[in-house]
Formats: sequence, C-alpha cells, structure tokens
Amino acid sequence: MGNYAIETVGLNFNFGNQVIVKDLSLQVPKGSIYGFLGPNGAGKTTTIKILLNLLKSPSDQVFIFGKEINSNRIATLKRIGALVEQPAIYGHLTGKENLINRCILLGIKKSKADEMLALVGLAEAANKKASKYSLGMKQRLGIAQALISDPELLLLDEPTNGLDPNGIIEVRNLMIELATKHEKTILVSSHLLAEIERTATHVGIINKGELLFQGTINELHLLSKPVLEIEVDQIENASALIAGAGFEIIAHTNNKITVAFSSAGKSGELNTMLIQNGITVSSLYQQRKDLENLFLDITKTN
Amino acid sequence: MRSLYISLLSEFYKSRKTLAFWAAILLPIIICGLISFGFYNGSKEIIAANNPPMMLWGRYSGAALGVMGLLIMPFYVIFMAFSVNNIEHKNDTWKMLFAQPLNKFAIYAAKYLYAVFLIFICLFLFAALTFAFGHLLQVLVPEYNFGQYNPLHILINSYAKLFFASLGILSLQFILSLLWGDFLKPMGIGFVGTIMGIIAANVGWKYADLIPYSLPTLALRVTKVRKLTGPLEIPVFTQEIWTSLIYAAIFFIIGYFIVTKKSIK
Repeated sequence: MGNYAIETVGLNFNFGNQVIVKDLSLQVPKGSIYGFLGPNGAGKTTTIKILLNLLKSPSDQVFIFGKEINSNRIATLKRIGALVEQPAIYGHLTGKENLINRCILLGIKKSKADEMLALVGLAEAANKKASKYSLGMKQRLGIAQALISDPELLLLDEPTNGLDPNGIIEVRNLMIELATKHEKTILVSSHLLAEIERTATHVGIINKGELLFQGTINELHLLSKPVLEIEVDQIENASALIAGAGFEIIAHTNNKITVAFSSAGKSGELNTMLIQNGITVSSLYQQRKDLENLFLDITKTN
Repeated sequence: MRSLYISLLSEFYKSRKTLAFWAAILLPIIICGLISFGFYNGSKEIIAANNPPMMLWGRYSGAALGVMGLLIMPFYVIFMAFSVNNIEHKNDTWKMLFAQPLNKFAIYAAKYLYAVFLIFICLFLFAALTFAFGHLLQVLVPEYNFGQYNPLHILINSYAKLFFASLGILSLQFILSLLWGDFLKPMGIGFVGTIMGIIAANVGWKYADLIPYSLPTLALRVTKVRKLTGPLEIPVFTQEIWTSLIYAAIFFIIGYFIVTKKSIK
C-alpha cells in the first residue's frame, strides 16, 4: 500500500439507484503519470470527485498516500491539486486575482501567483478579466490553480480540453516535466487514448463504472497483437484456401482477409500458396492493431 | 478558526469589486445624502415647524429609518444572501471551494458571517451618516437645533434592532439562495414574503411575529410607540428580536446540512 499515491479498494458509488462506479480498484503508483481513460459518462469525473472527497465514499475504500480519505480529509487535500471538469474561475476577477484568491485559501505567499502565470504562459494576460479569457486560457488558469500549492498529487480531468495543438503539446510536456523532474504523481483523465499514450506511464481503462484494464503502457501495447492483412481478388476461394492451410481468419471483407500474424516466413508461405492457386494478391502487409481500436474494443465488449 | 479567518478573507477578496459589496457602502451614502439634502433645501419650512431638538432628530432619522426598515432593508438582505452565494453558483466554483484543505463548516460559516458583516456595515453607516450629516446640517444651517440633543442612544438602539430583526430573513434567504442558483426563485419568494410580512405586521395579525419577514417592521414599530411614551427607552432585545435570532440560528444550522450535500453532482 505504501507505494501507491492513490489506491481504491473495491470502490462502489451510486447516485440513488444508478450505479456510477462499480468495484473499482485503482492503483496509482507514486511518481507515475496515470492515464485514466474511458468514454464520456464512464465515471471518470465521479471518481475524481470521490478522490477529492467532494463525494463521500464508503469508509475504507479510498486511500491517498496510504491514508483513508474520509478520516484524513484536510490533511489529504493539502497534498492534492485538482482541475475538475471546467476550471473553477471567478469571471469578475482577473487571472492574477483568481490565483491570489487561491493563495489566500491555501495560506501561501501571493508571489506564487506570478510564478504560476509565467509557468502556464498567461503572464501577459494576468490583469485581464478571466471572463474575457478564451477557453484555452481558462484551461491554463485552471492548471495554474491546481499547481499553485506545489502538491504531490495532481488530479487533472481532461486538462487539454479546448486547447489548440500547441497548448496540448505544452500541457503534455509540463506533465512529463512535473513527473520526472519534480517527482509528482499525476492522474490525468481523458476519453482520447492517443492523448494519454504520449505521456502516461500507467493506464486504467474504465467503462460504465468498471475498470476493464489497468497496467503499464507497455502491458497495454502487448494486448494489441499484430495481424496480417491480405488484399485479393477471389475472396471466397482465397478464404477457403487460407482456412484449409490452417491459418486463423480473424475477419474478411469483400476484398480483404485478416489473419493472425505469426512470422515473416509464414506470411511468405501464405503468399506463395495463394499465387500458385491463381489468386491475385494485390497487397499483403503486417498491421498492428492501433491502441485506438483496442480501446474501442475493450470498451465496446462491455 | 484559521479556516474561518482564511475563508472570510477570501470572501472579501472575491466580492470587493462587486455590486454586493459596494451596495453596503453606497446605499447609506445615497439615502442619507438625499434626506440631508432635503433637510438642507427645505430648511425654512422645517425650522418654521419649531420642533424641539429631540423631535427634530426624530423626524430627521425617522426618514431614513422608515424607508430603510420598511422596504429597502428586507430587499437589501435578500440581495446580500443572494450575492454571497451567487458568486459560486455563477462561476461553478462550489466544487473548488469544497476541495480546498479547509474545514467545510468554516467555509459555510464564513459565507454567512460575511453576509452578516455586509449588513452590519450598511446599517452602521446609516447610523453614523445620520449622526454626521445631522451635525453637518447644523453647521450649514445654524438656525437648526440639532446640536442641542444627543441622538446617539436612539440611533444605536434603533439600528441595532433593525440589524438583529433582519437576521431571521437573512438566514432563510441564505438557504434559498444556496438551494437555487438563479435569481428569480429566492428573489420571488423573498418579495412575496416581504409583502406578506409587512401586511401581517401592519394589520396586527396575532401570529405576525412568527413570520421572519414581519420582524423588522414589528421591531421598528415598537421603537416608534416607545418614542411617544419614553423616548430614551428603546430596549434592543424585545420579543421580535429573540424570534429573529432563534430563526437565524435554526436556519443557519439547516443551511449547513444543505451545503454538505451540495455542489457534488
């Protein structure tokens, strides 16, 4: 338990009769960037709210740095910085004032506000009213608010929402820097796998409140087995031949057959066999199922 | 205690540029200013009425107290309860507020106390400006006899009563504004409540003192009646005041239970 920044043990959460989170056992190692993936409405935000004690979890199911959250609420929250859903910003205050207000609430030096504005690239817009900020600027301000107390654990709910490609790359680099140089633990939620793939060291995939996969990013890659895709003219004959030769057909369309990839030699044999039987092979290539499809598969089967 | 202090500071910091905060300062300046201007402009007729100093002060301070107590005060209180909560509804910041490493009760209590504080400031300024402008009038129009009577006791006690009598409304409206993020529901209920309260108080319905909205009117009326019999005796803690304070305490506690369930959808 000591190695986890976040650990939930068979966490269940309902709104009335509606089950939102079911038997969720998250294990977020210290110092990791944990990509918390799932389609919209999977229970990601609810889980993050539970981790912030905004929603009350049953006792002994949620542990932050090894401490039960309900009985250590204030001590735990001191170690967490969070961005939940839309950034919580007072529109009538400037960006800087929003951060100063946060400094007041956290009892930290007000000079931190300028430091954070520079970090997220808002120094020039510091004295502009936050209601006049663009979506991306609000998101940056939200990230600055989450970082201002220099927390050990960051909970970021879709932090790249509304950011342009440049902004997305900046946030990505910021996360990597925080985790590697400053040894922060980051839980970042997203519904886009491609987004998580570039930064995360660990991944948890949630759908309909249930955790479908949890492990390192490499373990996730291993799940996606390579396949061989063959484009041919006489699809029926070709299928019969391939099946007869003992290959496993995963799928076929009206001009393409997909079989499990085993080795380059086997692929060559298969090609020779098809040609010798008078079938035109227009292409034959190895394909690794990309994670995006894997993600769709994992969440669809549930 | 530290949580409460920090939260109060933050409430001030957040609201110092809003109308809610400035209303507490501008309202007394405008109303007292207008009344004083009226007394300055119409000084001839008022002096001709030949009021003794105490009656002159009564007439002068009653102008502000009457307007304030009857109409503006309830609406001002409703507006304060609304603004303090609306700042979080509007910006969707409740979740941020309750994710801070601060005691939840302290966050809630700070909001409530800040609304109380704004009302206190407003009424304090009313009393102070009435006193100051009265003496200013004396300087500008030497024929007045404001200088011959010290109205502090009447002023302090009347405004203290108004302050305590309004806390019942504040707490009730505070809950309504916590529950609903929009302007219309708490305002609408407050408006109907205030009108009902004033009517109930004025027709002398025997249960009027159970309606929080009636209490400021009732409290001020007692002041007026007493003025005729013994002008120096305006007891602050009369029955309406206790009723108001009891309402305030009950609604304050209920509000806390609402707040702990809130903001968490």
